[in-house]
Amino acid sequence: MKDFLLVFRSENRSGKTPPSPEEMQTSMKLWMDWLGGIAAQNKLVDRGNPLEPSGKVLRPNNVVTDGPYSEIKEAIGGYSIVKAASLDEAIELAKGCPVLAVGGNVEVREVLAM
Amino acid sequence: MEETELLPHLFRTEYRKIVSVLCHLFGIEHIETAEDIVSDTFLAATELWGIKGLPENPVAWLYTVAKNKTKNYLKRDALFAQKLAKDIKYSSDLITELEIDLSPKSIQDSQLAMMFTVCNPCISTEAQIALALSLLCGFGIQEIADAFLTNKEVIYKRISRAKEKLKEAQIRIQQPSQTELDSRLDNVLTTLYLLFNEGYYSRTPETVLREDLCFEAMRLNYLLIENESTNKPQVNALLSLMCFHSSRFEARRNEKGESVLYDDQDTNLWNKELIDKGIYYLNMSSQGKIISKYHLEACIAYWHTHKEDTAKKWEHILQLYNQLLLIEYSPIAALNRTFALAKANGKKMAVAEAEKLELNNNPFYFSLLAYLYAETDPAKALLHYESALLLSVSNADKQVILSNIRKLKEKPFLN
Repeated sequence: MKDFLLVFRSENRSGKTPPSPEEMQTSMKLWMDWLGGIAAQNKLVDRGNPLEPSGKVLRPNNVVTDGPYSEIKEAIGGYSIVKAASLDEAIELAKGCPVLAVGGNVEVREVLAM
Repeated sequence: MEETELLPHLFRTEYRKIVSVLCHLFGIEHIETAEDIVSDTFLAATELWGIKGLPENPVAWLYTVAKNKTKNYLKRDALFAQKLAKDIKYSSDLITELEIDLSPKSIQDSQLAMMFTVCNPCISTEAQIALALSLLCGFGIQEIADAFLTNKEVIYKRISRAKEKLKEAQIRIQQPSQTELDSRLDNVLTTLYLLFNEGYYSRTPETVLREDLCFEAMRLNYLLIENESTNKPQVNALLSLMCFHSSRFEARRNEKGESVLYDDQDTNLWNKELIDKGIYYLNMSSQGKIISKYHLEACIAYWHTHKEDTAKKWEHILQLYNQLLLIEYSPIAALNRTFALAKANGKKMAVAEAEKLELNNNPFYFSLLAYLYAETDPAKALLHYESALLLSVSNADKQVILSNIRKLKEKPFLN
């Protein structure tokens, strides 16, 4: 079994109205049901975390800019780590991720053990 | 209480207390000496009380005799006395003045210290439970053997080996410091949890013994709650869980001693008082930021004290199982989570998820698949029940599966 990082990207919400409590709750259930399904197969390594919609970017010479840029349509919304025998199996696990239903995507990358 | 009943009762309640206090004083390396002294005390009681009748205060009598026997032993055994004297910083002249404190406070402290000693990961969990039953619950070797469905010889060896290991590892009998408390407390709770489960799910047909195991786990858990330094949220959560489960003792067996499944239980037989206690400790457990697996399991058990099949109930249970699995995977949690998924989100979704679990050696896995396919594909359901039957071990489980097969075959479209 190898570890795979799942990176969730969706529409850049930075600067937009935050979701209502009801929307949050519905979304939370979808995420928990999906993660619970992976954990029930004993294939969840780290549930990971959602990320704040905006942050800062540090560049050479201590230049700090706001990020992600407002012109970028997609932003990283969070990550999880799963374990699977192959990249294909990891892709199977990623199917059903709630981010897909709102037009987002999941990038699946094998973690190289150091 | 008649004398014939009193002595076994006192043995159960007092043996462990005196042994704990003496061990606390002597150290783990002299555990056999402590046990010998206390056994000797009870032997003296058996002989004398039979002839002279009961003393006015039997417990005080036992304590006094145990104290005297300890002092005599120390005086007699110079070598031991020297070694002990060094260990416990008493010179041998002072043995006669040696304070053997059998006050309630000292007994409680000693039992707590003993609990932390016994629940040490340097010995296997099986051995921890056996040792806890022997040293902390006053169970005889035969009773422990019955609980584990094995013979006295096996348990005797298991306990002796565990004691040797504790000696070798030079485990001190003491309560852990505040800083090491949290990690050590986890071990203690795991052992209490297993001890309770041993009683609750054990295949031993002797229900009285099984319930005794559960109540002992609860008693030890309560000791942790009574002590300020160990009265943590997760400790309250575990006791809450135990209260909810044990509230169904009466309902889960019929007059013939056969087990009654949850769905068929008479809720009037559920113990309201224990359910209320469960709710009380669940509230106590929420005073902090920790959400342990005991919190989640206690909440699940709480929802099971509501028998009505409401959507709200199953949605809560599903989310609790989701969280539980994120903390710690176990096959039983995976299966229960999928059952809750069927109840909350529908069988179609649950079938797809169940097929991915691949717990192909687990009879309950096939029973779950059969349940999920029962309406849509009865033939497939039947095959799954047959797989479950082949894998099941206990008679009670086989009976349940056979009855499910009968129910399935009664459906008109199958024949």
